Amino acid sequence: MIDLNKIDSDISHYKDIWVFIEQTNGQAEHVSFELLTKARELASQRNCHVAAVAVGNSVAHLAEDVFKYGAEKFYIVEDEVLKDYRTEPYRDAVSELVVKYKPEIFLIGATTQGRDLSGTVATVLRTGLTADTTKQEIDQETGFLWMTRPTFGGSLMATIFCPKHRPQMSTVRPGVFKAIPLDAPVNGEIIEIIREKIEFSEEDVVKKILKKVISSEGNVTLGFYDVIVSGGKGMGNKENFNMLKELADLLGGTWAGSRKAVELGYIPQTRQVGQTGQTVHPKLYIACGISGAIQHLVGMQTSEIIIAINTDKDAPIFNVSTYCIVEDALKFVPKLIEELKGMQSTRRAQ
Amino acid sequence: MHALVFIKQVPDASQVRINYETGTLIREGVPAILNPYEVHAVEEAVKIKQKFGGKVTILTMGPLQAADALKECLSRGADKGYLLSDRIFAGSDTLATSYALYEGAKKIIELEGEIDFFFAGKQAIDGDTAQTGPGIATRFNIPLVTYLTKLDEVNLEEKYVVATRLTEFGQETLKVPIPVFFTVEESLNILSHSPLPWLVKAAQSKIEILSGENVDLDKNQCGLRNSPTIVKKAFTPEKKQRGATLTGTFDEVVDQAAEKVAPFLNNIL
Amino acid sequence: MSNLKYDVIVVGAGPAGLAAATVLAKAGVKVVVVERGQFAGSKNVMGGVFYSDCMKGIIDDFPGKAPVERHIIDQRVWLLDKDSFVGFNHKNELFNKKPYNCHTVFRAKFDSWFAKQAADAGALIITRTLAKEAIIENNKIVGIKTGRPDGDIKADCVIIADGVNSLLAKSLGFRKEIKRESVALAVKEVIGLDEKIINERFNVKSGEGVTIEVTGNFFNGEAMAFIYTNKKSISLGVGMVVEDLVKNKINPNDLMESFKAHPSVVPLIDGGETKEYLAHLIPEGGYKDMPKLVGNGVMIAGDAAMMVDAIHREGSNLAVTSGKLAAETYLEAAKTGDFSEKSLSLYEKKKLKESFVIKDLKKYKGVPSLLQHNKRLLQQYPKLINNAAYEILNVNGISKNDKEKLLWKNMKSQIGVSNLIKDLFKLWRNVG
Ligand SMILES: Cc1cc2nc3c(=O)[nH]c(=O)nc-3n(C[C@H](O)[C@H](O)[C@H](O)COP(=O)(O)OP(=O)(O)OC[C@H]3O[C@@H](n4cnc5c(N)ncnc54)[C@H](O)[C@@H]3O)c2cc1C
Ligand SMILES: Cc1cc2nc3c(=O)[nH]c(=O)nc-3n(C[C@H](O)[C@H](O)[C@H](O)COP(=O)(O)OP(=O)(O)OC[C@H]3O[C@@H](n4cnc5c(N)ncnc54)[C@H](O)[C@@H]3O)c2cc1C
Ligand SMILES: Nc1ncnc2c1ncn2[C@@H]1O[C@H](COP(=O)(O)O)[C@@H](O)[C@H]1O
Repeated sequence: MIDLNKIDSDISHYKDIWVFIEQTNGQAEHVSFELLTKARELASQRNCHVAAVAVGNSVAHLAEDVFKYGAEKFYIVEDEVLKDYRTEPYRDAVSELVVKYKPEIFLIGATTQGRDLSGTVATVLRTGLTADTTKQEIDQETGFLWMTRPTFGGSLMATIFCPKHRPQMSTVRPGVFKAIPLDAPVNGEIIEIIREKIEFSEEDVVKKILKKVISSEGNVTLGFYDVIVSGGKGMGNKENFNMLKELADLLGGTWAGSRKAVELGYIPQTRQVGQTGQTVHPKLYIACGISGAIQHLVGMQTSEIIIAINTDKDAPIFNVSTYCIVEDALKFVPKLIEELKGMQSTRRAQ
Repeated sequence: MHALVFIKQVPDASQVRINYETGTLIREGVPAILNPYEVHAVEEAVKIKQKFGGKVTILTMGPLQAADALKECLSRGADKGYLLSDRIFAGSDTLATSYALYEGAKKIIELEGEIDFFFAGKQAIDGDTAQTGPGIATRFNIPLVTYLTKLDEVNLEEKYVVATRLTEFGQETLKVPIPVFFTVEESLNILSHSPLPWLVKAAQSKIEILSGENVDLDKNQCGLRNSPTIVKKAFTPEKKQRGATLTGTFDEVVDQAAEKVAPFLNNIL
Repeated sequence: MSNLKYDVIVVGAGPAGLAAATVLAKAGVKVVVVERGQFAGSKNVMGGVFYSDCMKGIIDDFPGKAPVERHIIDQRVWLLDKDSFVGFNHKNELFNKKPYNCHTVFRAKFDSWFAKQAADAGALIITRTLAKEAIIENNKIVGIKTGRPDGDIKADCVIIADGVNSLLAKSLGFRKEIKRESVALAVKEVIGLDEKIINERFNVKSGEGVTIEVTGNFFNGEAMAFIYTNKKSISLGVGMVVEDLVKNKINPNDLMESFKAHPSVVPLIDGGETKEYLAHLIPEGGYKDMPKLVGNGVMIAGDAAMMVDAIHREGSNLAVTSGKLAAETYLEAAKTGDFSEKSLSLYEKKKLKESFVIKDLKKYKGVPSLLQHNKRLLQQYPKLINNAAYEILNVNGISKNDKEKLLWKNMKSQIGVSNLIKDLFKLWRNVG
């Protein structure tokens, strides 16, 4: 681990905004691009650069994507030892880079991996970490980063800042920000790839991965997503949930449902929202064929935007909905998907 | 075998309500409970003890009433509870909390002997930060296994465990040397029914109080003043009211709905 | 096998059990309380009015630091019709004198406070543990079996205070399954409101409280409701005898919703937010439904013994008093070491009999069945009274004399003079 004496405590030496590029088998997670997009906005206010950081056995090829989303520098650490994510070597690689290059702000996706990594890195660096944020803004007066996050299962929001320690670290939930590629590479900017060599040996890493199981339904932490498309008894059968999955995919989110949907075997219990399921507070919650029983509402009513589709105009779900759609979800959702796909292809064409 | 479980007493989040007028939480009358993940951490630690012998110690940092949560752990089969309680810890953020707990744990090692297994919950339901466990593990510089869903094998002779944890895509199984730090999921185990004598013993037991005085620590790393993160403001999300009903023909409603969700459209090509 | 042995086992950490345990522990008796909830009070429900007097001899400086909400200075009764009510109230400065007559309380807080007092006095409180049945040896109760492994506990005496559903009393055969007509299902909602708003709406100062008992034809004469003030919330409840719920296919939640929507209730709760929703049974059978109270090595107290005075919304005070008396009986019996039914019968034959508990229960013993079998009392009279009030107060050119004649005619035709006389007589006999 880092020698604490090597950490520079003069905060004026820290600049630039970093984004951790989470990757699995060389494939980047979408949230990383969302963060790059946000970092661009923050950097323009701080008058500084955006940099991306990736760690793995082979990550250099991510440069193209990373630059497309606005990174001006790309720091990478490549080593066989780093092939799969393991806390300790990743922690050391990332901490080394931070100590050496001193970013002012460091954003990491609030995924399983991002949460695991950020907590250890922040401790190594003895700096503050704000987890699971949903909002990031620069205070014009002080230039500090204001990070807003839900607590108490979303009943309360807190705005947090970190005035005396650097970097200002936070994890950001997937789906909170949009990923928008640059129209064209920024003129005259130097884009730099820095290959950082840090000595690793497999003997030093005591943790060994024996097995990986990729599951399709598995254990999802719904709270990680900022768009959730949810269905209830009104979806009629299991197959009809496919349209919700498709809609969720289009919106960069995930799918879930009510307890009745679980009881009827439409969805696994691991995707139940509510009192006896998971509590979520995404940016967008689309409820299809869900009545809105109180036990369901307590698990999702703090979502920022709620769109409900229900045939019953008096369904209680509408009492908490931002937009109420009194329609048959089975007819409405496919049409909506069609419409959205249309919009997507027009955008691509532009 | 010696396991140390870090537990937290939290307000039962499902019963916390908001006062929209004042923008504060109504915590009155909300019972304090043992953070649900830790119940499973204690269960797992006690299972190891039953198999190999040894003891399970519990540590929490909090106000004196947190002794109730420690007693619940004892009634679930833990052997001794320590409460780290002092005004100097008030207002600690996760970095300061992990520091205090790290020093507290070192004190416990001094009093109770070396530790093989450290357990914490995946996250506390009041703050949801999930940082305290990784923070303590890092300070001890021992391997960390977060989101533990199964302890496949414990080998005390050769000093390793085989453990399965949750990942974004499923599960992964690791071989890790002891000592090791786990943060646990609820699915780790099914709670067993403790025998009555355990409850009796727990109700009669005494909780050891540790303070800033009897633990050797640097006060300049504790409490609100020494926490790097500062809460600027806390506020309640706006109260939900019935919003606009989208009207028009079916196709018009589809158009309006598409417009509302379009900002979320995935732009990855 | 465990060999847990105590002088007394108390089953249930409600007011009855905790009163018994506190008295015993203070007298130096080795007592264990077995409670199934996560903590004492965790699932316990009541409307919320707790009378102070019964705590004498248990907690002497009551309320002291006990978590009480408001002391009641104004008690109201409403006869509710569809759009109206006729009410009377009694507000008295004397109720502002200490010691206060009664307070509103939240059971979750109150019971856990009470349990702490018992524990401080030396009682052992075991929570999260279900008492399943009594252990009987040689025709004498010698302990209980709990739902836990190694879960037997032995004792010289068991005090059963496990509430309305009393598993233990049933397992002993002291009590049968409750009859549907002698138990009411009550639902309660706690609505959070600003303290100042409550003070204004109920015309009281901070700390002072109001109770409203509600009945009448609005509920078809079959339900009772209440509105009580707490510090920063209002408790609303509606209860109905289970038999009537089943017969009329009524869902208690709907009852609550219609009550909350009544034009007389709306202004009181307007703008409030529901904080809690609870449901519980109330034994309303009264004296006639009381089980056998004493056996060899056992006494029954509180709701488990059906000790509820349904008319005066009293239950917790009867529970506390009976628990205390059971404890005192044990202390008497311990002098000789004889815990036989004969020795413990002191509890029923003397202690309870001389207390207000049995006196009150006896006095009103006819009321539950009277109301159950004469629906007219709560169906037609309240309606007539509401109509009468309206007619008299609504100035419309008809002389008061004529109005009275008209009303009397209405009453005669709807109920009949002989019924009227009969009803008045029955009421006088049962309640007066
Ligand atoms: C202790 C307890 C805990 C519980 N915990 C949870 C929990 O964690 N999560 C949870 O969700 N529930 C929970 N419940 C269950 C909850 O009370 C409800 O029963 C459940 O949420 C209802 O699910 P639903 O909305 O899918 O079904 P329903 O209530 O049956 O509603 C179906 C809705 O679909 C609409 N509909 C029908 N067809 C269509 C169509 N073609 N297009 C559009 N709309 C249509 C109907 O109008 C109706 O509003 C719990 C209950 C209890 C007692
Ligand atoms: C809606 C409502 C409003 C009421 N309003 C009032 C009022 O305003 N004033 C008033 O004085 N009274 C009121 N009552 C009545 C009052 O609540 C009861 O009479 C009183 O609580 C009885 O006390 P208890 O100790 O006998 O039983 P309980 O309070 O019911 O306590 C029994 C305890 O035993 C535990 N228990 C049960 N079974 C077992 C078991 N097998 N093993 C272990 N533990 C067990 C329970 O968890 C509970 O803690 C009201 C009741 C209701 C439902
Ligand atoms: N004050 C504390 N005392 C003991 N353990 C704690 C404390 N705070 C957090 N923990 C442990 O760290 C875990 C994660 O907490 P958090 O980082 O607050 O989400 C909890 O589930 C506990 O196991």
